[in-house]
Amino acid sequence: MIEALKQKKYLQFILLLIIFVVLCMVIAPSDSNYLWRLPPLIKDLPLAINDSVDFAMFEWMPIEVYDPEIEEFEQKPLLKEVTRVSSGFILFMIELIREILLGGVKTIVAFMGWDWATDNQWARWPALPWTIVAGGAAILGYALNGFRLALFVGLAFTYIAVFGQWEPSMQTLSFVLIAAPVSVFLGLVLGVWAFRSRLVESILNPLLNMAQIVPHFSYLIPVMVFFGIGDHAGAIATIIFATPPMVRLTLLGLKKVPPEVGEAGLMGGCNNWQLLTKVLIPTARRDILIGVNQVIMQCLAMVVIASLIGAKGLGNDLLIALNRLRIGLALEIGVCIVLIAIVLDRLSLAWANKQTDYFADLSFKQRHKYSLMFGAVFVGGVILAGIGSLIFKEGFNYLYLIPHNKGITTENFWQAGVDWIWDTFFYSLKSFNEWLIVEVLLPVKNAYLSMPVAATFVLTMGIGYIVGGIRSALIIGGLLLFIALTEWWDRALITSYLVTVSVMISMTLGIVVGTLCAQHPKSSRFILTYCDTFQTFPSFIYLIPVMMLFGVTDTSVLIAIVVYATIPALRYTVEGLHAVPESLHEAGSMSGVNRLQRWLSIELPVSFPHMALGVNQTVVFALSMVIIGAMIGTDDLGQLILGALSEKNGVGNGLVLGLCVAFIGLAIDQVIRTWANQRKEALGLE
Amino acid sequence: MSTSAANSSDALIRCDSVYKIFGDQAKSMLESSGGVVDAQKFQEAGCIVGVNNANFEVHQGELLIIMGLSGSGKSTLLRCISRLTDATAGNIYIEGEDILQMNNKQLIELRRNKMGMVFQSFALLPHKTVLENIAFPLQVKGVGTKESITRAKEMVDLVSLSGRENYFPRQLSGGQQQRVGIARSLAIEPDIWFLDEPFSALDPLIRKEMQDEFLRLQGVLSKTILFVTHDFDEALRLADRIAIMKDGVIEQLDTPANIVLNPATEYVRNFTEEVPREKVLKIDSVMDPYDPSEEISDLKVPQDAIIETVAEAVLTAGKPVGVVNQAGEIVGALHASKIISILFGGHANTPDQQNS
Ligand SMILES: Nc1ncnc2c1ncn2[C@@H]1O[C@H](COP(=O)(O)OP(=O)(O)O)[C@@H](O)[C@H]1O
Ligand SMILES: [Mg+2]
Repeated sequence: MIEALKQKKYLQFILLLIIFVVLCMVIAPSDSNYLWRLPPLIKDLPLAINDSVDFAMFEWMPIEVYDPEIEEFEQKPLLKEVTRVSSGFILFMIELIREILLGGVKTIVAFMGWDWATDNQWARWPALPWTIVAGGAAILGYALNGFRLALFVGLAFTYIAVFGQWEPSMQTLSFVLIAAPVSVFLGLVLGVWAFRSRLVESILNPLLNMAQIVPHFSYLIPVMVFFGIGDHAGAIATIIFATPPMVRLTLLGLKKVPPEVGEAGLMGGCNNWQLLTKVLIPTARRDILIGVNQVIMQCLAMVVIASLIGAKGLGNDLLIALNRLRIGLALEIGVCIVLIAIVLDRLSLAWANKQTDYFADLSFKQRHKYSLMFGAVFVGGVILAGIGSLIFKEGFNYLYLIPHNKGITTENFWQAGVDWIWDTFFYSLKSFNEWLIVEVLLPVKNAYLSMPVAATFVLTMGIGYIVGGIRSALIIGGLLLFIALTEWWDRALITSYLVTVSVMISMTLGIVVGTLCAQHPKSSRFILTYCDTFQTFPSFIYLIPVMMLFGVTDTSVLIAIVVYATIPALRYTVEGLHAVPESLHEAGSMSGVNRLQRWLSIELPVSFPHMALGVNQTVVFALSMVIIGAMIGTDDLGQLILGALSEKNGVGNGLVLGLCVAFIGLAIDQVIRTWANQRKEALGLE
Repeated sequence: MSTSAANSSDALIRCDSVYKIFGDQAKSMLESSGGVVDAQKFQEAGCIVGVNNANFEVHQGELLIIMGLSGSGKSTLLRCISRLTDATAGNIYIEGEDILQMNNKQLIELRRNKMGMVFQSFALLPHKTVLENIAFPLQVKGVGTKESITRAKEMVDLVSLSGRENYFPRQLSGGQQQRVGIARSLAIEPDIWFLDEPFSALDPLIRKEMQDEFLRLQGVLSKTILFVTHDFDEALRLADRIAIMKDGVIEQLDTPANIVLNPATEYVRNFTEEVPREKVLKIDSVMDPYDPSEEISDLKVPQDAIIETVAEAVLTAGKPVGVVNQAGEIVGALHASKIISILFGGHANTPDQQNS
């Protein structure tokens, strides 16, 4: 009996499940019963964090600073000065780019002062006509990848201008154009440093893992405290969020450089700097540029979230539109965000894959082809704007700048569509909604809430133990213990319930659809393109259409999560199935299996480790969406984090809540990753 | 045969008791062992022995081949001498200077001016063209673009890659890529040329072609060469002397003929057993003294020719063949029976015994 238990994992699981059920039945739900709920021992942790943040910000290390206004030296805390100076710098850079695109006076003011600018009304930086920006972007697309990309980029910018979203779009773009390079630079530096030093790597690694899962909102609160509110704060939150993938990919790329290439560099006589800049980084170029692409995507994903702490642009408008339930407008803005995301994604990928021809003998015209083209576009744009000022004597010059919300709008059309859907399907939607909530979601939610804490620990640590031994069990136990000792265990259970339900649906969908699509090269290619495209959408976008259909309910959140989290499930399924070696297929066919048997007995087991990583991603995606879902109303951890944003002392709460969410993710990650690695080893992959 | 002791003055490279041991406690373990390293024991303690007490010299213009099975420490030895890794103990002199004492700057200078290396996996820079890859060591050194490119173009011609200057490595076949690797390593006109299994990753046919190319280059350039291979045929084709390594120890370092004829250890004997004698031995090791009364054929063979290359001619000559030295004087006679016994006679009556 004992022997069988040791051998067979499924017996262990069954035993674990029995214990779990028994525990659930035996333990009485009472607040004084520690087996039911642990006491919130670290309830005061948020307060302690608040205090130390306050101390760091307002008292720690005072330094003498010269204040030009009162012409005296003043005592100011170091950290506050540092954050003030860096905020100022970042804000200046954002404004600079913004004014190149949209015109304005702030950059001039920064150099000359307000008084001078008021006295000299002529000193205004003129906006670039939108035609020049669109044309310039198209030329960039052409230079990087030829005519098709140029056409797409040009059309996308024209769309944005024509639909009256030019100003917020350029505001968003200026924000991304600062946040992305800073993130890339930081990521590169940290990545190289981690590559050079084991110690730094071992410190950075857990931080990177965390950063992947801590909800975006949690970054906002400390940033708000340290840097205040505004574009710069949004940019800094974005940078904090977008740097980790860059670090990760830089490190990965550098590690993949074959040692002999490094040695060839050394034997070529490189010093350390040359080795790094001329050999290692260029050789790791592919991964590093994928990192750049990731950074850009993360920046756009943050556009909406950063607007919560004052970033101007599309994100802000989208939030307002959603709050007023103007779904049509929200949809239009959403399209613009998606367009910018796709444009930047395609441009950066094209750049990553671009190869330069060296030493080609080119004429002046060929060598400066793109500059010449841009010159022509510039002159053309100015002339067009001039003509425009003649045509549109009254009102707006549409060939120069199309003011916000003064373009063509399709809002009424969309709104009518939404109304029609509501009128036509009201009852079926409503009854589906009610059925889902009453029959499925509520029971599951209640089941989660009625788990005694002891049973939860036994179950999760037991799974950890069976899969990964004592180490996994302890890691999971530790992570969950932290959550259990806060006062938010129940909320965490609700978050887990939403994640569990949606991950199950997503995985089922992903595996079934993915498997079907993987049968045929054409459909696999289609589905991968679909994943690529939809992955570039900021998660927020997914909320718009479901809100159209289901209003502000758990159902909306659930559907949005499912749609969003199915993307990685699909991708990893298709990729996993494709990675099954051809010889195995043939071996299967030779032993006479039919299609279904082949799928069940060969393809699934072999590709499962890779798919498991898909589960991991699905969980991460689902978690981030759950938290964002809080914006349209759930009652889990996410909603509290959102609440913390508007509290005066929200730092502690926000951070601890963020950690709770991250720990849920890390616990799941621990199990899945361990298991996947074991399977891979057992199957001799890698 | 060995001239190393006598000519130590013209040794370009000299290794004195060089050890390379991987592992955290390598240094302390080596010290406590007093220089007598037992690979087995070290392995149990978590240390891997890469090079175990290497003592040898390489002379100006010599082509030394380092041989051994995979994992025997050939690459490690090469990396120690080029100081891509730091030896755990011992001294390595290049032109009399101890490179282990050099600081980073001196080392870079040394590599920029005196050393070139070719790698088994080619190790080309994927983002640079053929021309740029070859010009790379020059540009790193600070040579101007124009001059380095001109020089790189010469190198492209030298390795017969003209017309492919602007290709990227991934657009080239393996053999072509290795030509680029060779050209790159030669661009700075190094005195010492390291080649670590340069042809092992190539198909046999291409390998033969590249060996020919290598011999041609060496004929033109006459560098001092350390050449790693695990292919005995390759070694015999190319070597002045051969070092045979096993578990980090240099079992024997000698001329190809001596290694075959007088294996120093059981391991070397096993290693060389399967080697066809005719591919190694030169005529002078099997010729008989010249007896002027004997009638010899009109055919003459040089005394330092490899047997294989003249065997057919000798066998079809019908009479004993005259062996001449470089001055053209007859120094011996070669009988067909000797050739036959080398070619077909097994090892019982190889010159092995006669000489010893
Ligand atoms: N960086 C290293 N760390 C630990 N062991 C190494 C390292 N490099 C080589 N070795 C070990 O040293 C021994 C000799 O390796 P190597 O010189 O590469 O052999 P060869 O080139 O003859 O095939 C092998 O057992 C190898 O595993
Ligand atoms: Mg080797």
